[in-house]
Amino acid sequence: MDNSNSSQNTLVSVRNLTFSRGNNKIFDDISLDFERGKITAIMGPSGTGKTTLLKLIGGQLYPEQGTITVDGQNVHRLRRKELYELRKRMGMLFQSGALLTDMNVYDNVAFPLREHTHLTESMIRSLVLMKLQAVGLRGAHQLMPNELSGGMARRVAMARAIALDPMMILYDEPFTGQDPISMGVLVLLIKALNETLGLTSIIVSHDVQETAQIADYIYVISNGKVVDHGTPAQIEQSSSEWVQQFMKGAADGPVHFHYPAKEYVDDLLSTGKRY
Amino acid sequence: MQHTATQDTLVGLFVAAGIAGLFFLALQVSNLSSFGDKDTYTVTASFESSGGLKIKSAVSAAGVKIGKVTDIRFDPKTYQSVVSMAIETKYNTLPEDTTASIFTAGLLGEQYVNLEPGGSEDVLKNGSKIDITQSAIILEKVIGQFLFKSAEEKAQGDKKE
Amino acid sequence: MMQFFQRLGASTRTSFTKLGRATYFLLQTLSGILSVLPRPRLLMNQLFSVGVLSFLIITISGLFVGMVLGLQGFYILSDFGAEESLGIMVAASLVRELGPVVTALLFAGRAGSALTAEIGLMKATEQLSGMEMMAIDPIRRIISPRFLAGFISMPLLASLFSAIGIIGGQLVGTGLLGVDDGAYWSQMQNQIDFYDDIINGVIKSIIFGFVTSWIALFEGYDAIPTSEGVSRATTRTVVNSAFSILGLDFILTALMFGDD
Repeated sequence: MDNSNSSQNTLVSVRNLTFSRGNNKIFDDISLDFERGKITAIMGPSGTGKTTLLKLIGGQLYPEQGTITVDGQNVHRLRRKELYELRKRMGMLFQSGALLTDMNVYDNVAFPLREHTHLTESMIRSLVLMKLQAVGLRGAHQLMPNELSGGMARRVAMARAIALDPMMILYDEPFTGQDPISMGVLVLLIKALNETLGLTSIIVSHDVQETAQIADYIYVISNGKVVDHGTPAQIEQSSSEWVQQFMKGAADGPVHFHYPAKEYVDDLLSTGKRY
Repeated sequence: MQHTATQDTLVGLFVAAGIAGLFFLALQVSNLSSFGDKDTYTVTASFESSGGLKIKSAVSAAGVKIGKVTDIRFDPKTYQSVVSMAIETKYNTLPEDTTASIFTAGLLGEQYVNLEPGGSEDVLKNGSKIDITQSAIILEKVIGQFLFKSAEEKAQGDKKE
Repeated sequence: MMQFFQRLGASTRTSFTKLGRATYFLLQTLSGILSVLPRPRLLMNQLFSVGVLSFLIITISGLFVGMVLGLQGFYILSDFGAEESLGIMVAASLVRELGPVVTALLFAGRAGSALTAEIGLMKATEQLSGMEMMAIDPIRRIISPRFLAGFISMPLLASLFSAIGIIGGQLVGTGLLGVDDGAYWSQMQNQIDFYDDIINGVIKSIIFGFVTSWIALFEGYDAIPTSEGVSRATTRTVVNSAFSILGLDFILTALMFGDD
């Protein structure tokens, strides 16, 4: 499982990562590599801690064991100031968009620029409009976050994430809960941004179809382990029954429809205690 | 962000109102205006008993407040109460033979030191001691004396009959 | 029995852990204040939402509390023929106790709960995490300005409360009940000491402002990021603030007005 091809081309590398919440091991000694300029997807069922992985890469959480290096720097060894410098070069798109609710779209996109640069307002204006144009929402710059649909909020968050021209973007479940049109728009945007801006993208998702369309490489994670990895075509042909069930979305397979329980008949006939 | 100007005005009003409130408390409510950092001189007086007199009790002459009590001590040699008073410098013409008495404002009111000027040429200065004093009237004593006296009178009256 | 002690031990430990987190949070917030000073705009926005928006409730409550004090004080004092002392009674109770305490309680209900809900929702909607990932420290950007605003607003609001209350007492006492206006003010001025009463009252309100803002912001920051978690945190803010204010008030009163 060890991909020791950590060459110049690897932007983010996760080595022997272990992380648990309480007694629950979310990651059990896993290693992943993310190549520069590529879209890498991490897939797996809900609750496998995919978001946790992004937070670990962003330095918001600390691993129990193992290392994470981003652009040659060990994220968890950095001092606070260096970590913040690194984060300026990372964009992260949260599931909810995480827009600041007390500012309109324009100010939200301008926010990182105003905080981190000393640009004049007119330069900020040009930049913000360019970023909004890139996600197709230049016309919506006056709206407040509560006036946006979920898909639009995510696009605004994308514009904000690329405001500082980062080297990589982390996407947390970008397709969840979107109607087919917004989903299509988001797929297109992720692909387009990755190509035009030369970004490295990491997508965490369980939407098989959309992710497989744009990903260059896929890791499938379950129960804290990497179950399979490869290009979308390779994953499609995976020999693992579990991966087959996950990719096809079958109701029964290695993962059973029923939550583990005692025998149905016994349970019905028992006169015992109430639950 | 477009409401910045109105917002600034309102914050300004708020801060101004708060400070105005504080000024009101300082000048109108407290004794800061009537008795602040004015120059004072200190005189002392010994009383048999200073009663319910407290630090910061008023010192007045002819009903006008001219100073305040700054210290009350028990003198272990004379067994008297030594009261120090700070009197405003502008009232520096009090004669040396001024009488200091402890009075009560109203029946249950605060006790204060009353200064009654005498006729001497020399005036009180910083550190002077007032010699003629009259102690606080202690209500229990007065009532006790009154009861005792009336009982005595009654007893005498009984005898006469 | 064993179980009882285990549970007691566990909950004691959780409380200490929480206090530890709260202290760490406070230290971070205080160190963040330095970075607020060069950006007065952030502070202005918060002075508006913390101070200006509490202005109305404080002034109206102050007026009514003062009027009630005037009325009740008059009835009690007139039994002793001491209506002239109404001014002292109204002013002393307001400046020493009611001003700082009632203002702080109202502040916890009005501004404190709003702060907790705001921060808690920002956490629940990942706005705080989002800021961290944009390399912006949410403590410095969001928490510290609010803390500073609460800290500044409280003494101003408390002074205002007392001042308006004293005027309210005067309206009732001299306007309605016929206490002599001169006596109302002059007795007050004779008895209320600037340093011992007014400054001590202001010190109280500064301490209450500090504690209430700390509790409100920490509960929001520490809230479980769900709607239920935020609503519980908001309740805790009001309850914990009330306990802290009243408990601290007892201690401060004993310290300040003890030997007189």
